[in-house]
Amino acid sequence: MDLKRQVAYMRRSLFDQGYLDEQFIQLEDLQDDVNPNFVEEIVTLFYRDSARLILNIEQAMEKSPLDFDKLDTYMHQFKGSSSSIGAKKVKSEATQFREFCKAGNAEGCLRTYQQLKKEYTTLRKKLETYFQLARQAGPAETASRPN
Amino acid sequence: MESGFASPRADAFPAGLRVLVVDDDPTWLKILEKMLKKCSYEVTTCCLARDALDMLRERKDRFDIVISDVNMPDMDGFKLLEHVGLEMDLPVIMMSVDGETSRVMKGVQHGACDYLLKPVRMKELRNIWQHVFRKKIHEVKEIENHEIHDDVQMMRSGSEEFDDGHLPSGLDLVSPRKRKDMENKEHEDQELSDPSAMKKARVVWSVDLHQKFVNAVNQIGFDKVGPKKILDLMKVPWLTRENVASHLQKYRLYLSRLQKQNESKAPFCGTKQSDFTPKDTPGSFGIENSIKMHQNNAANSSYGYCGNKILLQNVGSEIHENDLKGIISFLPITEPRKALAGDVSNTQKSSNGSRVGLSHSFGSLGPDVNYPTIQSPNCWNTDIPVIQFAQKAKQEKEPYILLEDNYMHLPPSGPQNQIQADGLQSSPPINSRPVTEKGKVIATEIKPLCTEYGSNHVGDISRRGQGINLFSVQADKDVANAQAFGYMPTATGSSPMRNQSFDQIYINNWNSLQPSIIPEGGSFLSSSHEDLEPCSLQGGYGYTETVGFNNEEILAYEHLDLTADPPSHLYDGLRFNCDYPCDSMEYPLMDRGLFIA
Repeated sequence: MDLKRQVAYMRRSLFDQGYLDEQFIQLEDLQDDVNPNFVEEIVTLFYRDSARLILNIEQAMEKSPLDFDKLDTYMHQFKGSSSSIGAKKVKSEATQFREFCKAGNAEGCLRTYQQLKKEYTTLRKKLETYFQLARQAGPAETASRPN
Repeated sequence: MESGFASPRADAFPAGLRVLVVDDDPTWLKILEKMLKKCSYEVTTCCLARDALDMLRERKDRFDIVISDVNMPDMDGFKLLEHVGLEMDLPVIMMSVDGETSRVMKGVQHGACDYLLKPVRMKELRNIWQHVFRKKIHEVKEIENHEIHDDVQMMRSGSEEFDDGHLPSGLDLVSPRKRKDMENKEHEDQELSDPSAMKKARVVWSVDLHQKFVNAVNQIGFDKVGPKKILDLMKVPWLTRENVASHLQKYRLYLSRLQKQNESKAPFCGTKQSDFTPKDTPGSFGIENSIKMHQNNAANSSYGYCGNKILLQNVGSEIHENDLKGIISFLPITEPRKALAGDVSNTQKSSNGSRVGLSHSFGSLGPDVNYPTIQSPNCWNTDIPVIQFAQKAKQEKEPYILLEDNYMHLPPSGPQNQIQADGLQSSPPINSRPVTEKGKVIATEIKPLCTEYGSNHVGDISRRGQGINLFSVQADKDVANAQAFGYMPTATGSSPMRNQSFDQIYINNWNSLQPSIIPEGGSFLSSSHEDLEPCSLQGGYGYTETVGFNNEEILAYEHLDLTADPPSHLYDGLRFNCDYPCDSMEYPLMDRGLFIA
């Protein structure tokens, strides 16, 4: 398949499969000559900064009993951050996690966190691939929005 | 970019809107920055609330609007919101990924003009200029309303002269409006004019109004005070009991906050709280006339607001400490603070006695003396230092003429001291009293004491001649009041400082370029160019820059939001947003009134 078409296809599926939401498109719209790699920069920034939040959360999760308030706060931050790149599934897990925190459900928190981590990691890989592909397909090539 | 308000480049508006974005999330910060830039706005980002506040305080007129996240590690977004609203009176937009009604409600209560949900869309950001615009309009109307209530007459005549010269281009909007709405002055107008504002029409607690309030409170006795009594004494027909009650609550909060600050604050750069011992030196304050501003000091003419100037004005010898409960500390003139040292000595030498002949005039203001509270720089960070001056009048003195506010006009001869007439002029009479003493006292430059301005401000002010719009528009007492309240336009040029009877002690820390004026006898200590965080003494009125785009600022009186009483109200004292006005106040202020050249 033509590289450009591949990129477009991949992009499309990220949306279709619910990994990304409208916010990602917003980022794409912001990309311009001044910031030609804006989207990738933002995603990179997100993963770099959120690593710190993930660490905080994991450390807090090791404590017993769980400090739900603290966890909720961390997750709130994390959720806000993940919303910045349109990480739909990740965001949804974060919301779920917060629900469990509010309910004081440790088991629910643990489970959800696992799920969240998985989504978080999966998305990163997919986006890395996507950006790589996009770069190969041509610098000026930004997956044109189907709609 | 010039202010876009009434300028011919209306089509370019709102491009260049100066936005400050505060968010601890670096990803969002970057995104928002990009979005705002795409809207052709001028963006400044900040990831710490504290830094944001510093930036805002350093230069009040630097931004038109603030966008802040709700959840931040170093400071609660709502708290920041309060601070900004109180001190700078800028529109603030809150953001959060959490859209729960309770949170949004909290934002509204704290005075946010909008609440955006993350992820924020660009189209939402495109329209934020409406909040700036709305605020300006609202304020202009408020001012007009007040004008009517106050003794505008005097001011009007005075202001006309400088109106011409000083009207900034951006003022166009205001002037015609002002004239047109002269009749309005209805309280209702306020309410009708801004139905869309999130905040309901608020009573604008102008300097003058606040003074009346403080006077009433002092008269009744702080402990026995009650809204009804105050209302009765104030004799302001359009004011309601609720307005007063709400204002009283804020006032109390402010006082208690000041008290706490006094207890815990580190000394100011300029003024140390320890120096103030109200009780000790009632006499040292020399208030009587309060501050005799040394006219000589006027050399620097920058009025001060920016910078660390602590002007301490002792008003009256009666110090009702009880009233203030530990608020404030006067800086006895005898101990000029380091910052002031230079100035103080100047002033001391030179002054004594009202140079301007104002000495007489400052006189007696209110029966009580409220001490301004000096807040240490630290305070600034946490609270809005508002210094209240209660002026107390020296009985012997005749009502001063001081231009509405205690302006001390100092002859340009000496270094200009900044006269900070801020504070609350507790005595209404002052405001409206024409200067009878020699000539008129004109508050030349009133710099808004409030606000911590960095020395930058000083510079700004001069260029802000136009900014004075507000004043010129108002041309009345309000303006004067503003002046009195320590609005001291920082005139980079030399604006003669006038001696004003400062009834108020204004303590201001500014990085002012100007030397502080030290009233003789009175203690006016201002720290000059110090990095003190300015304490804004605001007499209850807030000046807000209207039309913030660029330098054209219209000072608008900001009123305290009486309608909303946020839980942790930050209105330390009254939020007299003196902040902005300083800039603009330059000449117009002076002119308005009686100048004592």
